[in-house]
Amino acid sequence: MLNYSEFLNMMPEAFLVLVLIMVFFADFCLAKSERRLEAVGRMTMTLLLVQTIMLTTAGPSEAFGGLYVATKAAQVMKLILTFGTLIVVMMAQPWLENEAKKYAGEFYMLVLSTLLGMYIMLSSGNFLLFFLGLEMASVPLACMVALDKWKKNSAEGAAKYILVATFSSGVMLYGISFVYAAAGTLYFGDVAAVLSASPLAIMGMVFFFSGLGFKISLVPFHFWTADTYEGAPTPVTGYLSVVSKGAAALTLCIIFMKVFQPLVSYWEYLLYIVIVLSITVANLFAIRQSELKRFMAFSSISQAGYIMLAVVGNSQMGIAALSYYVAVYVVANMAVFTVINVVEHNNGGRTDMAAYNGFYQTNPKLSFLMTLALFSLAGIPPFAGMFSKFFVFMAAAQQGSAAAYFVVFIALVNTVISLYYYLLIVKAMYITKTDTPLPTFQSDGHTKVALAICTAGVALFGVCSCVYEWIAAAGL
Amino acid sequence: MSILSLFVVIPALMLLCLWLAKSLNQVRGVMVAGASCLLALSIWLTVYFIQERAAGNTAEMLLTYSTPWFKPLNIAYSVGVDGISVVMLLLSSIIVFTGTFASWQLKPLTKEYFLWFTLLSTGVFGFFISTDLFTMFMFYEVALIPMYLLIGVWGSGHKEYSAMKLTLMLMGGSALLILGLLGIYFFNGLYSGTYTFELTQIAAAHAIPMWIQEIFFPFIFIGFGVLGALFPFHTWSPDGHASAPTAVSMLHAGVLMKLGGYGCFRVAMYLLPEAAQSLSWIFLILTTISVVYGALSACVQTDLKYINAYSSVSHCGLVLFALLMMSQTAVTGAVLQMLSHGLMTALFFALIGMIYGRTHTRDIRELAGLMKIMPFLSVGYVIAGLANLGLPGFSGFIAEMTIFVGSFGAKPMIGDPNDSFRMVATVIACMSIVVTAVYILRVVGKILYGEVENKHYLELTDATWDERVAVICLIFCVAGLGSFPFWVSDIISPAAGNILQSIGVM
Repeated sequence: MLNYSEFLNMMPEAFLVLVLIMVFFADFCLAKSERRLEAVGRMTMTLLLVQTIMLTTAGPSEAFGGLYVATKAAQVMKLILTFGTLIVVMMAQPWLENEAKKYAGEFYMLVLSTLLGMYIMLSSGNFLLFFLGLEMASVPLACMVALDKWKKNSAEGAAKYILVATFSSGVMLYGISFVYAAAGTLYFGDVAAVLSASPLAIMGMVFFFSGLGFKISLVPFHFWTADTYEGAPTPVTGYLSVVSKGAAALTLCIIFMKVFQPLVSYWEYLLYIVIVLSITVANLFAIRQSELKRFMAFSSISQAGYIMLAVVGNSQMGIAALSYYVAVYVVANMAVFTVINVVEHNNGGRTDMAAYNGFYQTNPKLSFLMTLALFSLAGIPPFAGMFSKFFVFMAAAQQGSAAAYFVVFIALVNTVISLYYYLLIVKAMYITKTDTPLPTFQSDGHTKVALAICTAGVALFGVCSCVYEWIAAAGL
Repeated sequence: MSILSLFVVIPALMLLCLWLAKSLNQVRGVMVAGASCLLALSIWLTVYFIQERAAGNTAEMLLTYSTPWFKPLNIAYSVGVDGISVVMLLLSSIIVFTGTFASWQLKPLTKEYFLWFTLLSTGVFGFFISTDLFTMFMFYEVALIPMYLLIGVWGSGHKEYSAMKLTLMLMGGSALLILGLLGIYFFNGLYSGTYTFELTQIAAAHAIPMWIQEIFFPFIFIGFGVLGALFPFHTWSPDGHASAPTAVSMLHAGVLMKLGGYGCFRVAMYLLPEAAQSLSWIFLILTTISVVYGALSACVQTDLKYINAYSSVSHCGLVLFALLMMSQTAVTGAVLQMLSHGLMTALFFALIGMIYGRTHTRDIRELAGLMKIMPFLSVGYVIAGLANLGLPGFSGFIAEMTIFVGSFGAKPMIGDPNDSFRMVATVIACMSIVVTAVYILRVVGKILYGEVENKHYLELTDATWDERVAVICLIFCVAGLGSFPFWVSDIISPAAGNILQSIGVM
């Protein structure tokens, strides 16, 4: 007999389901109203904000006999993701108003259900529940990518995404079955206790990793990324690159450190290779991009490599560094995407880099904020990105082996390459002269708020050590 | 809160005021007020420091203050100064002050220019007051990145190429640095038991084994050395200087390159002492090449800024050279050289900028007879040139004399190929003095004297009041340092001695 009171232990999820239902009904009831778009949008934002605030106090909890295990670190990550989603919803407003007015309700529903899926991924204590969460997080995302359905490349991106997602889910499920065969159970705690470094278990781990690698878009599982990012509506691209990536990364970290701890020497080497490849390959590709969304796709692949560095540390410090990195990445990347989005919707859909030539002359404020965000992504102090990068390097170097130092070294060399391509955009905005810069335009209120929040984050998350300390206080 | 924090707080306030400033006059007002405050503060600091030392306060660092910043990672915001940093702070504030006047007429986007300029100085000041490796490194990078925009937007010539080259090379250096810092942090923690980024604690613990020191020493030394124009990592310097606007060249050659030398000494050699002794000979060879090669390259250049940039490579090479000699006299000379080179180069670049602003060329083949047209600037140029080639009475002479005397008598180190290695290196490096005289006199003779070839130049005017302020300030400092060197070397020498003692060579 199911004990319904156990659902109360899943407060964040329960509340999110409630939000989902409320938004659905609001959208349904207001279908005929003129103010539908605005009202539903405001409501979603408010509820997400409430959720974010509630999550600050959420402690670790468990339900259903270990099926659901929400560690404090997972709760913190949920908070970061909810915060990211809130920004996505805000920045999506110009797009919804101009192009996807009809689908605004669907957009909110889809966003919230993927977020719910990520919550479940993060706080699962069992491989099956984890898989359920993963599917829930990825299938609606395909619909979101396809929301601009009158655009050919939106549909193309969605098709690529869903094919790769299902394939990777299959691979992962295969891996999970290996783990089940090796351990005889799917509960994280039990698996960790009985798992030994048998070939079966190692294969299971590798398949599992490949499946998640697709989600985090690590090289060599990254081929879908560029096309999907380019095709998706810009807010969805932002969502894909930050929120969905962050959820998968922390889950991977938790599962590697908790479940596959007996195989640590294997997965560390796996990670070394994948990290070096991800960072290097993505950086080299990013240099050649002239389409900003594709460019950000490759940048996000390399950032994923940096996130994975934190996992190498295999320590509490690593988890803190990872969550912090994602938090900083959320604000910095969202700032960039917000600018891309607002430029796109004020200038007939231009997202190529040439559009930004001379941007500073006409829109100094936007380009200044974009510069700060890019500096943060490149790891330039005093912006937050430098701190998060440094901590990730610390977490990896803490592992202590020569191989770890070597990987850190490669990653460091790559920061210089990444600086180069981030500076290309800065150069376009400030230095490149053009006779036809984008005209001056006023951004709407939502965009302004989103940018203000992101910029405050970029400026303060690093210098104010309390953010890191708060995240670091949350253990597994 | 230590009063030293003001060195960061004032520029931060300036940034805020600049951001709020509405008109050109407000921007200039903020800059002059802020730069004057910084100058006054550093003069006060110097006086205070001398008094404290005279009163018998022999603590290694004065005015120390430390507060945890990122507690879980043992990162602290710690400040403190010893003799070397006091002198460097004084130098930085002089350059910032004069740099403000040198960019008085700068257009367009004056406000943005000063924003980045101030951010750069924040980094520089922060770097010199920090005693925590992480904080120090953070300020180091803060000082580097504004260069990209300062050169890229307000520069001249191949500015995009130069800005990118400079930024990437310096950031490459700082990437090496991060690795070195992580190595120091973790291995010091591993062997001494306390994980810390605090410079003095790491030096006192002296726990890192030799072989690990030898791995990380090159990373840190080269990391800082890139900024100190260590051969073969100096190539950003000529391009960068040539393309940068006047005040940025001043600040960059005058102060930023000193971060390199300071870092090499304070971090690489201080924290990894055994490796510094055993590996110093390799870097000595490189720095000797820097010194001679820089001077020779300057002889064949025709662009005034390139000549000066190569001259900077040579002089900054001499700084690293002297530091690696690890004798108290040589190290004192090195710091004097940083100070002297900072002032002289700033003066040079300021004058070149002013000449270029009038003639719109820096090619020495096209310039002649400027003495008749703009006597003030030309006399300034002659003084800068004479100071640069080491005429007694100016700062250059004092610094180079101290360096060469100290280096010639430097004790051989364990790693040296043979006992007379350091002497031979000194003799080779000494040759640069002659070469310096060649390129300086060549330029002075060519552009200042002779007949005016281009008749348009006859209409040009001499320096304006703001330019005179900058030039006179700097000449005053250069001559002052040259005439009364002992009060400065008395500040530096004990600090150098402290560190050398900690390294174990004294």
